[in-house]
Amino acid sequence: MKGTHLGEFEELVMLTIASLPDNAYSVTICDELSKNTGRTVKLGVVHAVLNRLEEKSLVKSELGEATATRGGKRKRFYSLTTAGRGSLIRAKEIRDQLWQKIPNLTLKQN
Amino acid sequence: MNKKKTAQPPKWATWFLTVYCRPELLEDLQGDLTEFFHRNLQSRGAFVARLIYIIDVLKFFRPYTLRKPSSPFGRKVMLTSYIRTSGRTIMRSKLFSGINIVGLAFSMSVGLLVIAFVSDLFSYDSTLKNRDRIFRVVSTLVPSGHPSMKLASTSWKAGKLLPQEIPGIESVAILRRGFSGDAKTGAGTVPVSGLYANEGFFDIFSFPLLKGASASALKQPHTLVLTQTTATKLFGHADPMGKIVKFDTVNYTVTGVLEDLPKLSHINFEMLVSLSSIDLTLPTSDGDYMDWNNIFSNYVYVLLSKNTNPASFSTALDRMNNRENASNKDRKALLWLQPLRDIPVGKPMGNEIGPTFNIIGVYTLSGLALIIILSACFNYTNLSIARSLRRSREVGIRKVIGAVRTQIIGQFISESVIISLLALFFGFFIFLLLRSQFLSFHQQLQNTFSLGLSPRLVFYFILLALVVGLIAGVLPALFYSKINAVKVLKDASTLKLFRHLSLRKVLVVVQYTFSLIFITTTVIGYSQYKNFLRFDLGFTTNNILNIEMQGNKDDLLVQKLSNLPYVKGVSKSLIVSSLGSLYGSNIKYQNPSDSALVDLNYIDENYLPLHQYTFLAGRNFLHQPKDAPETEAIVNEELVKRFNIGRNNPARAIGETITIGGKKLIIAGVLKDFHYGTVESKIDPTAFRYSASPGGYLNVKMSDANVTTTMASIESLWKEIDKVHPLDAKFYNDQIEEAYSQFSVILKVIGFFALLAICISSLGLFGMVIYTMEKRVKEISIRKVLGASKGMLMYLLSKGFLFLLLISALIALPLTWLFFEKVVLRQFAYHQPIGFGEIFIGLVLVAGIALVMIGIQTIKIVRSNPAAVLKNE
Repeated sequence: MKGTHLGEFEELVMLTIASLPDNAYSVTICDELSKNTGRTVKLGVVHAVLNRLEEKSLVKSELGEATATRGGKRKRFYSLTTAGRGSLIRAKEIRDQLWQKIPNLTLKQN
Repeated sequence: MNKKKTAQPPKWATWFLTVYCRPELLEDLQGDLTEFFHRNLQSRGAFVARLIYIIDVLKFFRPYTLRKPSSPFGRKVMLTSYIRTSGRTIMRSKLFSGINIVGLAFSMSVGLLVIAFVSDLFSYDSTLKNRDRIFRVVSTLVPSGHPSMKLASTSWKAGKLLPQEIPGIESVAILRRGFSGDAKTGAGTVPVSGLYANEGFFDIFSFPLLKGASASALKQPHTLVLTQTTATKLFGHADPMGKIVKFDTVNYTVTGVLEDLPKLSHINFEMLVSLSSIDLTLPTSDGDYMDWNNIFSNYVYVLLSKNTNPASFSTALDRMNNRENASNKDRKALLWLQPLRDIPVGKPMGNEIGPTFNIIGVYTLSGLALIIILSACFNYTNLSIARSLRRSREVGIRKVIGAVRTQIIGQFISESVIISLLALFFGFFIFLLLRSQFLSFHQQLQNTFSLGLSPRLVFYFILLALVVGLIAGVLPALFYSKINAVKVLKDASTLKLFRHLSLRKVLVVVQYTFSLIFITTTVIGYSQYKNFLRFDLGFTTNNILNIEMQGNKDDLLVQKLSNLPYVKGVSKSLIVSSLGSLYGSNIKYQNPSDSALVDLNYIDENYLPLHQYTFLAGRNFLHQPKDAPETEAIVNEELVKRFNIGRNNPARAIGETITIGGKKLIIAGVLKDFHYGTVESKIDPTAFRYSASPGGYLNVKMSDANVTTTMASIESLWKEIDKVHPLDAKFYNDQIEEAYSQFSVILKVIGFFALLAICISSLGLFGMVIYTMEKRVKEISIRKVLGASKGMLMYLLSKGFLFLLLISALIALPLTWLFFEKVVLRQFAYHQPIGFGEIFIGLVLVAGIALVMIGIQTIKIVRSNPAAVLKNE
């Protein structure tokens, strides 16, 4: 099913949303992702992913209050839907299961 | 506080974003971009921030952000809604719609006329194949010491040389004018005229032949190609092919029958005669046939082959010009190429073969039509905004319900387009009336234009209506769509509607100035024109019928005419004077080196008494037999003055000898000055010479009564004398009217434009009045409550408009007066001074209409109950 499988970046975005309760909108998501992953995350990419996730009903959004820094435009705040939370948990479970099957994984040191 | 303006993201990028982005994504996306912009502004400066903003806007141009085109269903619903609500609005405010439709319909009818007119001009010769490759070889005559002259005609020699010397010509047609005569067939005699043409004619002019072969029809000498009409005229329904037609003593054989020529053809003829019929050894009136400089009667057309460049052809033509003109010192004929398309419209040339129309006339007509149409559009705009108090609330409600700006615009544009289409409907009928009127203005217009309808023309008409609707509606649409719904619903009077008041006043003044110029021009022009017709020429023209003799012997006819009961007298003359055509020679008195031009007419002894010329001295001609030598002349005062004959004393001039055209004549009488030319020209030295049979015209003086029966009997007399040619008889007064007919055409056109301009500017004023009244209704009520009288209020309300009218009058009237005094009337040697009344009639008329309109509105408002108005607050 389309809605349950998550790509890597999608998963990251969703985790970031979950980690930013009440303040998850495109700019903060961007900032948070950049900070955590150490790579430059472009607004365009995040925006597209958010849009796709919303289409898959994994996240939902609502418009907040207007602020002056945004030229009087409102922010769109994102939060996870139940299905979104479910698919995140499932993704984590899959990983955990796999991790458990690995006896010993360390970075090889020469 | 730091008032320094913070940098803003580039406006156009934002605009682009709003254009392409889906509405539901737009707001936060725009917010995000702005936030980033401000962040970049802080860290990296304005330029980079702007750049990134632009790049981001472009980068967001992706499938998922794109606005979906609105569904056709939704659009159809909106369109139906637009049309339905427009219909309701139009029906609700009948007055507003009515005046707009009337104004637009009238102005548009003129637009339609101009479109039909121009379309006609550009569809000349459109039936010809290879129209774009056909050129006419025309010439510029450069006589040494005189200004050069452009002629549509060229030399026969050029037509011969071209295909031999210049490559790239598919065919050459040589035409020559001047073939006319009485065609005698077995069935009878009919006068016909035509053109000489060589066998190349049909290669270039692909007029379809009904009978005969185009390749061979004009090859042999003494062959004819008739048009269908001419063939029927000559032979009835019998087959004309191979039949003999006799002109004078020469027999011609019919070798082809052409379909009748289309009306929109720049050449026209009754028949074609093979060019090889001309005997080149015979003498001509205009010099050697094959002379390079003989460029007055021949027309040469070339069909260039597909890969011939007209420019390189012209270069070759220039080389030929240089060579051929080398031996001619006194005058040069320079040939050049004129594309077929340029023939009907352009700068007028001499010796045109068919009708042409001056391009300046086309521009003037189009310009006037444009002024009128734009004026009507402006009125729509003006009136539409004038109703804003009422309609802005409607727009407010629409916006509250959820209409976006484009929908408001759509609403207003469709309203104006519907009004404009309705106007087109009525305008079309006005156009149909106008068309026949316009064509009947002048015979030449009738010959030159058909103004027929075609699908293409109808398409242009509808296009015109759409454009007019768009122009008229665009300002109101933008204006209303900008309205702030909350403000307008709270209090409509806060709207800033009246900002452009002064601009609109200026426009009203401009409209009225044009109206006044047009109307005053018409009035003055008409009075001058009437004066030309009534002008005292120095002799009488009343009830004189001029019969053209058309080569017939006059004795018998004169005798028979004199016996008719209501005919008072008959005289003979070579030409009919005072109509603009001249016949002249040079004259000398005693000094052989002092010569002057003299206007001449040959008359018999009855001419002067019949026309009641006034003798200052001497006597009339005496009757002489036909073969008697000519000895006498009768001259005018001016001639006596010119040569100071008898020390300027008419009585002493009698018996003096003058030499006219080398002939010595004795002055028998001196006439008081009269007008031989039109009133445009000054009176020149004029002389009458005697001829017992001048051969031009018979002048028949009739009594007032029984003109119709007399005409009928003259007609039957004519038929006895000449069975071939129909009677050509015109009353002198009618001929004079005809001579000035160009002025009458101009007057009618300007008069019509005056009517339109007045209508339209009146409507514009009406709009201004209505809107001012709406604005001031409360003020008036308060004044009324405080005790203002009706008269005072009316004065208060109308003085502003009257002031505008006064300004227009102050501009228009002196301008028109100057125009006539300094430009128009300078053209006329004899004219009446401009009457004081003529200048003001137009103003009185226009002011009267304006006053009535202002009056009706002010009375309405002054009579309104102030309590009812003020309660409404």
